[in-house]
Amino acid sequence: MKAAEVKLLLTSSPFLKQEDDMPTIMRQVIYSLVPVSLAAIYYFGLGALLLILVCVGGALGTEWVFSRGKRGRRLSIADGSAILTGLLLALVLPPAIPLWMALLGAVAAIGIGKMVFGGVGSNIFNPALVGRAFLQAAFPVALTTWVPQGGWQSLARLYPTQFGMPFAKTTVSAVTTATPLSQMKFAGQTTDTLQLLLGNTGGSLGETCALIILLGGIYLAWRNYLNWRVPVAVFASVAVFAGILHWVDPLKYAPPMFHLFSGGLMLGAIYMATDPVTSPVTQRGCWIFGIGIGVLVMVIRTYGGLPEGVMYAILLMNAVSPLINRVTQARIYGESRKKDKG
Amino acid sequence: MFSWFTQATKTFRHGIHPDDYKELSRDRAIERMPFVDEYVLPLSQHLGAPSRPVVKVGDKVYRGQLLAEPVGYISTSLHSSVAGRVKAIELRHHPSGKMVESMVIERDPYSPQTLINQYSLEWENLSPEELLYIVQHGGFVGLGGAAFPTHVKLTVPEGKHAEFFIVNGVECEPYLTSDHRLMLENEQPIFLGIRIAQRILGVDRVYLGIESNKPDAIAHLRKTLPPDLNCEIVPLQTKYPQGAEKMLTEAVLNREIPSGKLPIDIQVIVNNIGTLASIGQLFQLNQPLIERIVTVTGPGINRPSNLLVPIGTKLSDVLEYCGGLKENTLQILFGGPMMGAPQLHLDVPIMKGTSGILCLTDVEVQEREEYPCIRCLRCVDACPVYLNPSRLGALAKVRQYEEMMDYHILDCMECGSCSYVCPSNIPLVQRFRVAKALLREKQAKARKKAG
Repeated sequence: MKAAEVKLLLTSSPFLKQEDDMPTIMRQVIYSLVPVSLAAIYYFGLGALLLILVCVGGALGTEWVFSRGKRGRRLSIADGSAILTGLLLALVLPPAIPLWMALLGAVAAIGIGKMVFGGVGSNIFNPALVGRAFLQAAFPVALTTWVPQGGWQSLARLYPTQFGMPFAKTTVSAVTTATPLSQMKFAGQTTDTLQLLLGNTGGSLGETCALIILLGGIYLAWRNYLNWRVPVAVFASVAVFAGILHWVDPLKYAPPMFHLFSGGLMLGAIYMATDPVTSPVTQRGCWIFGIGIGVLVMVIRTYGGLPEGVMYAILLMNAVSPLINRVTQARIYGESRKKDKG
Repeated sequence: MFSWFTQATKTFRHGIHPDDYKELSRDRAIERMPFVDEYVLPLSQHLGAPSRPVVKVGDKVYRGQLLAEPVGYISTSLHSSVAGRVKAIELRHHPSGKMVESMVIERDPYSPQTLINQYSLEWENLSPEELLYIVQHGGFVGLGGAAFPTHVKLTVPEGKHAEFFIVNGVECEPYLTSDHRLMLENEQPIFLGIRIAQRILGVDRVYLGIESNKPDAIAHLRKTLPPDLNCEIVPLQTKYPQGAEKMLTEAVLNREIPSGKLPIDIQVIVNNIGTLASIGQLFQLNQPLIERIVTVTGPGINRPSNLLVPIGTKLSDVLEYCGGLKENTLQILFGGPMMGAPQLHLDVPIMKGTSGILCLTDVEVQEREEYPCIRCLRCVDACPVYLNPSRLGALAKVRQYEEMMDYHILDCMECGSCSYVCPSNIPLVQRFRVAKALLREKQAKARKKAG
């Protein structure tokens, strides 16, 4: 081609770009949750799949209603964040929760948790946890009713309670079970760590099999899609806190391994606390943030009225993260930290 | 992160690891570009005051003859890169996008194009002041891209002293290979340039920083280094923007240059390797700065090359010599892909500060959808001067430029690392440039008002 015929574009450098964009990151996180979801379906049957579909659908629908304009709608659906929120919400709900409640939770998660703040990137609290906190406040009984685990034989099962209607008294009496944490809290029984790792225990949809969650987290950290400092800080502070308690009184307090692998800690630390939007923007801040979550989890689990405290711990630390940002502001290049403070 | 596996461990903190694409032109030996018919020499090819012409339209000039002299201290000379006739002194397209007063030289087709008077200068007998005078009147500027007059950089201000001299052989911009080829093919002028700089500065300790993606250059310079030259060759990890003065100083000496200060404030002087080689050539051949090595590269050019180009050669002539552009070329840059300046006109000349010509096609140049910031921290981890581009970007978007000052926006050196890593495709550095320009303008106005 003759040089004189070239039509040149005038834009500003840089002209190189890392290929990972935001939808890619969201997609990767969703992919890493697929094994977790499959484990949930294995343990809780077709009902689990139904719950996931309802939550994801509800989240997408709410996102669509709240976003404005053709371009805005296309982008906010395409970035995948609503799917992720819906999926995460489903994974922290009890398997047999009535589906209409789950739908309401998804609407609250996206609507109150995210869109009223201005959409992706502007929310203060983790949207999925806002949805769950909303449900916990509105329907405390449904949120603490757990069903026992199944396996291959019961893969096709659905739960009668799932199809309950709003304001209708449900007369079905389901078989219920306890979670390892409530057993610990109210009966003083600990569960075997291997059972916790494999997820052969009662609990929310996605928080039973700690091993798969941990593997997903390692994958994401390896690909640099999540900040490993946050979960590491959470685990370390939980382990230290629980270790001290267990050392003081081994009969009254559970060992650190139990606390690490039970309840929502794995899912919360790896998938909820690492939400970039609601965690601090400095590396030092992320350490503080993670340690704060771990300490709060242990305080609630040990001294609070509830058996589990991951959700509130993360939401509370979310609220503090702007403050953490302010106090952990990085020093400017070429200045020593001391001088900065003086 | 991979420093444990490679030999070179020295580097600075933060920064990014883009693909370097240097394989396109890395193995192409430097070629001398043939003379063409017309050369355009802008009077402003350096930072500072434009030079003042000393020849008139119609005058006959020789290759290497003085065309314009420096005006004031931060200014430099301009020499003819070709023997011929001054055709015009008029406004011409300048790579900055403006129209700039330029000398147009028409080549004399019958001239053998030898230097006006070629001899080597006996620099050992000259004082530092005399050497600096020769450097200024040889028209030297930083060849790395910023084109800051070299004699200013090599002057130690009153009350300060230099202890370390760092030679910048990093060439951290992807695609560019001109310094790499220079180190491989023409090392003697580099060593001579280092000696002269040593004498000017009164510095004994010299470090030559080279990134480990040029292992052959490191080996070659180590082999050919004269035993009496006190110069340590320092292999560095490959990382962008290591060629920035602050980053290079940190990588080599592990010292940070304070915000708003110059390297000399921590007893360091940094200079580009290409500039030193040209200074060496000045004293070897009495050749002022009339030609330079330019990497012509990118997926859009048919024959990627490293060319020795007379200053003032027009872009279109260079492209034609390199086999022309491919059909889908969309963008031509002067410089590298991270900080280079896009060109709109093909008649702009190669200047003293033009390190490369990069031709990008519609494959590399893509419009990307901008998403909201998710505060993923990648830009914070990339910024070499520890700014918070995420916060600055949010402020820039709503034009809160004054508040950006509190977040040290003026420390930003526009390396583009934040825009490179941003997963939401936010044009961070692009917005910072606008903010900085407006803030500078405001400051200048305030200063004028104050008196």
